[in-house]
Amino acid sequence: MEILRGTFRLKVGLAEMLKGGVIMDVTTPEQAKIAEEAGAVAVMALERVPADIRKEGGVARMADPEIILKIMEAVTIPVMAKVRIGHFVEAQILEQLGVDFIDESEVLTPADEENHIDKHGFSIPFVCGARNLGEALRRIAEGAAMIRTKGEAGTGNVVEAVRHMRLIQKEIRELQTRRPEELYAEAKRLGAPYEIVKWVAEHGRLPVPNFAAGGIATPADAALMMQLGAEAVFVGSGIFKSSDPERMARAIVDAVAYYDDPAVLAEVSRGLGEAMRGVDVSKLDEKELLQVRGW
Amino acid sequence: MKISVLALQGDFAEHAEYFRKAGAEVELVKSADKIRNSEALVIPGGESTTYNRLMKRFGIIDALKELKEKKVPVFGTCNGLILLARSATGEDPDYSLGFLDITVSRNAYGRQRESFEADISLHIDGESSFRGIFIRAPKILEVGSSVEVLAKLGDEPVLVRQGPFLGATFHPELTDDTRIAEYFLRLAEKATS
Repeated sequence: MEILRGTFRLKVGLAEMLKGGVIMDVTTPEQAKIAEEAGAVAVMALERVPADIRKEGGVARMADPEIILKIMEAVTIPVMAKVRIGHFVEAQILEQLGVDFIDESEVLTPADEENHIDKHGFSIPFVCGARNLGEALRRIAEGAAMIRTKGEAGTGNVVEAVRHMRLIQKEIRELQTRRPEELYAEAKRLGAPYEIVKWVAEHGRLPVPNFAAGGIATPADAALMMQLGAEAVFVGSGIFKSSDPERMARAIVDAVAYYDDPAVLAEVSRGLGEAMRGVDVSKLDEKELLQVRGW
Repeated sequence: MKISVLALQGDFAEHAEYFRKAGAEVELVKSADKIRNSEALVIPGGESTTYNRLMKRFGIIDALKELKEKKVPVFGTCNGLILLARSATGEDPDYSLGFLDITVSRNAYGRQRESFEADISLHIDGESSFRGIFIRAPKILEVGSSVEVLAKLGDEPVLVRQGPFLGATFHPELTDDTRIAEYFLRLAEKATS
């Protein structure tokens, strides 16, 4: 009996299983347990949440394997971890640890300003951030099994995630209106392989799941992203920087499952305490933005 | 025959598409009332801990128990199979509802690194091969005497039926091969006629 592991179908398959769910950033095994009990579909194991990375500065790197392993031991749901853009050795280390998904993330300091990781060469799936369709399709060409909006991580401000999700959806709709011979020029304009551009034009969606991330802080934010077409939601600082993380975590899980039911949304949004304080993205300097990392 | 697909979380859209390709009318459901009124229900792959919490929170467990009493046809894959089992190791004992007289072990093959594809032997209308997609899959440990084994990976049962209830440890909905959807449709039509 021939057994195949690490196929693209298995990688995208795991991404499909996470749809309709919430992936939560955690920095300790205790937080991971809280996330799991609240109904998270996966956790992202980190040393610092994006809000703290933003505040403290310095070079942000892959988390200490010790922390990641402790989190993997603490929960039964899939565990993700982040590597720097282009840092394929950090990815090799995470693959060796056996994490379930790698996030090649702009939240960490990039290790390569020209090349992302060749993700086809790994047996575990990758998720990458994107601000527009061209970026998303380039990452898919490199082997990403899931795309998420970049948003602006660590701000608690959903405006950039909304911008990126709307733009990607709009660019997909525009591709669908093109005549077949125009798709070659579209591929050039998008900076993405023709075959993937053609697939998107024919199917009207990305060939891998499309999730939302970056600045989601409340159940309403999460449901907004779902109504805009996200298939699941990453919540970074929004849970453990709120005043009552357990409650916030459960409420966001409920809001993503019932994103189209305002009665549920109204009920789960009541009395949650304070959401994370947040940052006005328009007041940030260009050089403080995380979303411009990657290309 | 209308197939309701439970859409709380997971790859419900792939199940909906899989059954549409097999010729069924499909509706996504997530309220207890809609579940209660299903003619036939599909429980998709997803995270069982997430399902467990949402089902308790939104009164869905009672709706599913009613389907079991009324013998409404139900098909569960992966997470759905864990829910249909009598009991599951590594899972909240309340989660498994006993539609199928089997015990299962959750994430039995390991983490995503150990997820795999392999041909399984399918015993529906004679013996044939089917591409099994196993993603952080559960394993069936024990099978009761009234349970029919419909597919095996080597010696391990991976698709089982008891009356109108069907469960798979793998993901037929991630393939283009609609034979398992067609089998469930036949099962459902027979059970409701």
